[in-house]
Amino acid sequence: MDIKKQDIKEVIKINKIWEFLFYFIGLISTFIGLALLCVLFIDLFLDGYPRLTYKFFTSFPSRFPKEAGILSAWVGSILVMIVTAISAIPVGVLAGIYLEEYAKKNWFTNFIEINISNLAGVPSIIYGLLALGLFVQTLKFGESILTGGLTLGLLILPMIIMATRESIRAIPDSIREASYALGATKWQTVKHHILPYSSGGILTGIIIGLSRAIGETAPIITVGALTFIAFLPTSPFTDTFPFISFKWLFDPFTVMPIQMFNWVSRPQKEFHINAASAGIVLLIMTLAMNALAIYIRYKFRKRIKW
Amino acid sequence: MVGEKIKAESINLNFWYGTVQALKNVNLKIAEKKVTALIGPSGCGKTTFLRCFNRMHDLYPNNRYEGEIFLYPDKVNIVSPHVDPIEIRMRIGMVFQKPNPFPKTIYENIAYGLRVRGINNKKVLDEVVERSLKGAALWDEVKDKLNKLAFELSGGQQQRLCIARALATDPEILLFDEPTSALDPIATGRIEELIEELKEKVTILIVTHNMQQAARISDYTGFMMLGELIEFDTTDKIFTNPSKKLTEDYVTGRFG
Repeated sequence: MDIKKQDIKEVIKINKIWEFLFYFIGLISTFIGLALLCVLFIDLFLDGYPRLTYKFFTSFPSRFPKEAGILSAWVGSILVMIVTAISAIPVGVLAGIYLEEYAKKNWFTNFIEINISNLAGVPSIIYGLLALGLFVQTLKFGESILTGGLTLGLLILPMIIMATRESIRAIPDSIREASYALGATKWQTVKHHILPYSSGGILTGIIIGLSRAIGETAPIITVGALTFIAFLPTSPFTDTFPFISFKWLFDPFTVMPIQMFNWVSRPQKEFHINAASAGIVLLIMTLAMNALAIYIRYKFRKRIKW
Repeated sequence: MVGEKIKAESINLNFWYGTVQALKNVNLKIAEKKVTALIGPSGCGKTTFLRCFNRMHDLYPNNRYEGEIFLYPDKVNIVSPHVDPIEIRMRIGMVFQKPNPFPKTIYENIAYGLRVRGINNKKVLDEVVERSLKGAALWDEVKDKLNKLAFELSGGQQQRLCIARALATDPEILLFDEPTSALDPIATGRIEELIEELKEKVTILIVTHNMQQAARISDYTGFMMLGELIEFDTTDKIFTNPSKKLTEDYVTGRFG
């Protein structure tokens, strides 16, 4: 077929139109997402800013909106996160390493793999129901910080396992072979190479998991966290030997999102302002954790390239 | 191989990737402190054969050896399931096709082989790092930046670093798997010079895609095709007067 110069110009013109069209649609889509987020954030900030005082952080909830604060909520959130981190991180990372480096690849490990990714997609309320049956009723941990922390730990466990596996998988086989060729055992290879080189990705996964857990409401309500707590858990430090107490694990608690939920559901307008203020705090907590994750990823990317 | 001391020999070696047979009855003797090269077209099994010597195939599932590779002087059968691959890998070093330094410092890369053997004495390590880097003709270029990351070196330097890393533990045999295929001609030349120097101290088995390279640096050459060792002789003989037609066709560039 004879293609004339004029035809080619026509074709290029049409191609360019399509190109511009997609560029334009992409741009608009990006701005819809960003703009909505901005509006949301600004609205929250304008509503909640007036109540964001030092006193807000050091006061317990109260019947009087002006005196109510988030002390029990943020302390509760942090304590629950500690239990979540301690329970989920070692189990998740070890499971990830086992599946990636030790487990033989067969139908059974494939089955486990598929189910772990499925677990990551299970609605969080289901985890709440599981925890209610397991931790509260069978193991009799009560409606406590321990129960809340373990529930959220269960929730983010699949995320940590998957993050661990993915960052381990990113390490090329040539590095493993280099280690084995020098006579290293599997454990030496994992300890000296696999773990250090994947720790950036693993840490990122952990932090993103925790930042999801800190905002979870449904499973925590299901296991019976209280919405009005006007006292702090028992201090973990004591005056008498052995100076450390674990009684706080079994204390009732509340967390930030539940406190917010409680305030929003009240009829008085004043309480809604409190909810917005608490929302700002929660948002900043989550964003700070995500920023940390991005920073860690950047740090490790710079050091390691294959 | 008259008058040569034999360092290793494979006897009727067969190898399977799952159900695919990659090596068929390979019989080959490796002379001590000489360079033995393996040539052949892609997929002929030369790398597979090389990787039998340090049991690299054990790292992946469904691989199976049959036959023997004896390592002298103690005549241990390298591919026997009763022999610990870790022990074999401590005696036989390997340099890979693409430079694969660890994302650690130059110093730690070299010291790693000793660290897995439980040697952490700073004085010993310092000494071995220096000796190995000198052995790999890299010392002068890196002696002032031993604590820099290995990735900051050029490709050719990285490959010499990998050679130094393998040398650090005094291997009895050094395996080279197409060590220059990812390098430019100048870096290739330096590696070839290095291999010629190294054979004073260590037995070398090298797989190469480049026939001129085999002709330049090796004392013995084996020509492989479709998993079989077609011909094995001195390098001179293989390149000037091979006894098999197939070998002649290959070394004269008629195929492959």
